[in-house]
Amino acid sequence: MQIQAEENVESHPNTDHGVIISTRDVNVYYGDNHALQGVSLNINKHQVTSLIGPSGCGKSTYLRCINRMNDTVDGCRVTGEILLDGVDIYGPDVDEVLLRARVGMVFQKPNPFPKSIYDNVAYGPRIHGLAQNKDDLDEIVLTSLEKAGLIKEVQDRLHSSGTGLSGGQQQRLCIARALAVRPDIILMDEPCSALDPIATAKVEELIDELKENYTIIIVTHSMQQAARISQQTAFFHLGEIVETGNTEKLFTSPSDERTQGYITGRFG
Amino acid sequence: MTDQAQKEGGNAWQSEAFLKNLKKRKRSERRFRLTGLLAILTALTLLAILLFSIVSKGYTAFVQTFVTLDITFAEEVIDPNGTLDPAELRSANYNKLVQNALREKFPDVKGRRDLRRLFGLVSGDANTKLRKMVENDPELIGKTIPVSLLAGDDVDMVKKGYIDRNLVEDDRRVKDKELAWLDVLEADGDIKLHFNTGFFTNGDSREPEKAGIAGAMVGSFYTLVITMVIAFPIGVMTAIYLEEFAAKNKLTDLIEVNINNLAAVPSIVFGLLGLAIFLNVAHMPRSAPVVGGLTLALMTLPTIIIAARAAIRAVPDSIRQAALGLGASKQQAAFHHILPLSMPGILTGTIIGLSQALGETAPLLMIGMVAFIADIPGGFNDPATVMPVQIFLWADSPERAFVEKTSGAIMVLLGFLILMNAFAIFLRKKFERRW
Repeated sequence: MQIQAEENVESHPNTDHGVIISTRDVNVYYGDNHALQGVSLNINKHQVTSLIGPSGCGKSTYLRCINRMNDTVDGCRVTGEILLDGVDIYGPDVDEVLLRARVGMVFQKPNPFPKSIYDNVAYGPRIHGLAQNKDDLDEIVLTSLEKAGLIKEVQDRLHSSGTGLSGGQQQRLCIARALAVRPDIILMDEPCSALDPIATAKVEELIDELKENYTIIIVTHSMQQAARISQQTAFFHLGEIVETGNTEKLFTSPSDERTQGYITGRFG
Repeated sequence: MTDQAQKEGGNAWQSEAFLKNLKKRKRSERRFRLTGLLAILTALTLLAILLFSIVSKGYTAFVQTFVTLDITFAEEVIDPNGTLDPAELRSANYNKLVQNALREKFPDVKGRRDLRRLFGLVSGDANTKLRKMVENDPELIGKTIPVSLLAGDDVDMVKKGYIDRNLVEDDRRVKDKELAWLDVLEADGDIKLHFNTGFFTNGDSREPEKAGIAGAMVGSFYTLVITMVIAFPIGVMTAIYLEEFAAKNKLTDLIEVNINNLAAVPSIVFGLLGLAIFLNVAHMPRSAPVVGGLTLALMTLPTIIIAARAAIRAVPDSIRQAALGLGASKQQAAFHHILPLSMPGILTGTIIGLSQALGETAPLLMIGMVAFIADIPGGFNDPATVMPVQIFLWADSPERAFVEKTSGAIMVLLGFLILMNAFAIFLRKKFERRW
């Protein structure tokens, strides 16, 4: 895989907030529907970038371009350039399956496989051959669960079903599952929208810890959440990016009237 | 609403129009529930009538009349030379023993015609039974012991009360003299009903008392094995391909429409197809389970494909996305997650398709599985028949005794169908998952 750069090694200080993903003039069409119109956005390494905007504004569509999940939608067409570490991920040499291993995804509704907790986390490493033997695999599973802050709650029942966990635990299991394939980037599509406030707080805390080692892009409907956890924010409206920038600045002194309207709750 | 009503100076919930409307709605609801109940009751009544008619006619097929006679294993009949040569023992005329025993029991019967009637009381099967007894134990020769022998079909019918003694003799298959002999035997306690093991172990026969459904059961088994081996993998693979891999375009739509139509094609058309392809082009053996199985596989395929597609579609998209999002390929997602999760539904559909195939007659008529076959088939290429065809053949036979055999065979077939469907329900309940 060409896009697998030596990034992991040199980024140890993790204070390097250079651009990891750069999108230029991205357009997405679902059949005749022009869902994203000329979106250009840079994503910084080891930071949380939140995508906000009213429903149907294209923020999830944008997110799903980054790991090419849109490829699985019938009649979906993507134009423009999305560079991950300088390599166009829609280029001919890029294998979208490997790309998705590098760019993990956490979905809106917790979707653990109806298998054991262990097998849920072990699935990714198994299909990618990341573990040499059983001990390796155990190690990966346990570290991933630990990184996802779930290990204390599940260590005595690793082999019971993942669907038997509570909603918040399921979502953290899904995060652990994504971490197990050692991604650089984690995409989160409204990960807390199906969770109660306590579970949400735990996931937010987790996101804050994860940004030390991963680049996180999160779609959220909650502006408070965006303000709490992200360093960068992009405001989408009607398929376009209205405003991007430092979260604090965007929420305190937005430069665009529409952003101002949205964050103060006048529409959306 | 009440605010508004109060503002208008009255209570809308109490108004006459409202109460009328409420009454109307409740009446309509009652009416609908009653109609539904009536429909279900009608269906249940009809089912009960059907089952009652089959069971009341058919339960006697599971017992058979036996006549006990004192058989003298006379040496001069069985082994006149006293050599105990097995070939000699095998070719001896054991019917003679039965005839002698009957003559002894009824010494007054004279004349060829009467004697023939007398000998007809016992089935031709007695010959085989006595031979086997002697072959197993040559010591029997020279002894006289009571032996329970299979009765002729007419005796069986009299014993089971299917023959009306009040009819004029000429209109009756069993004549007065025979009835008199039977009464003597009955009075001596020599006529008994036993469980009819032969019904489950014999092949077909022209003589109703010897006819059994073992041949048809084995034939059905071989046929269904072929059907399952062919239709299940092809059907499931087709369903996965169409649901998970095929591009959604006009061609796929066309294929889908055609598969749905194929499921509705009359089964005899599949029989003609089987005749044209497997017999006329491929020159496969006639009347063989392999051809029957292939033909039924063609017929069952659409059912399996439709059921499997529905089961695959029922797997939530979130599972698909979870797998793809982890970097699983489409094939890995399909075979690691979607197929195992949809398996209970697929299996249920397959079993229902197979039970449909088990009950199918028409296509098998076209490929020659309707022939009279007395042997129990030993393999996929042996001539065979299947249970529904056996029912069809017996229903067509003139002997009174085949009526109960027909109903008995229907009961066995229904038993198998109920078993298969119960198994399908069991699988569904056992592997059902909740999201």
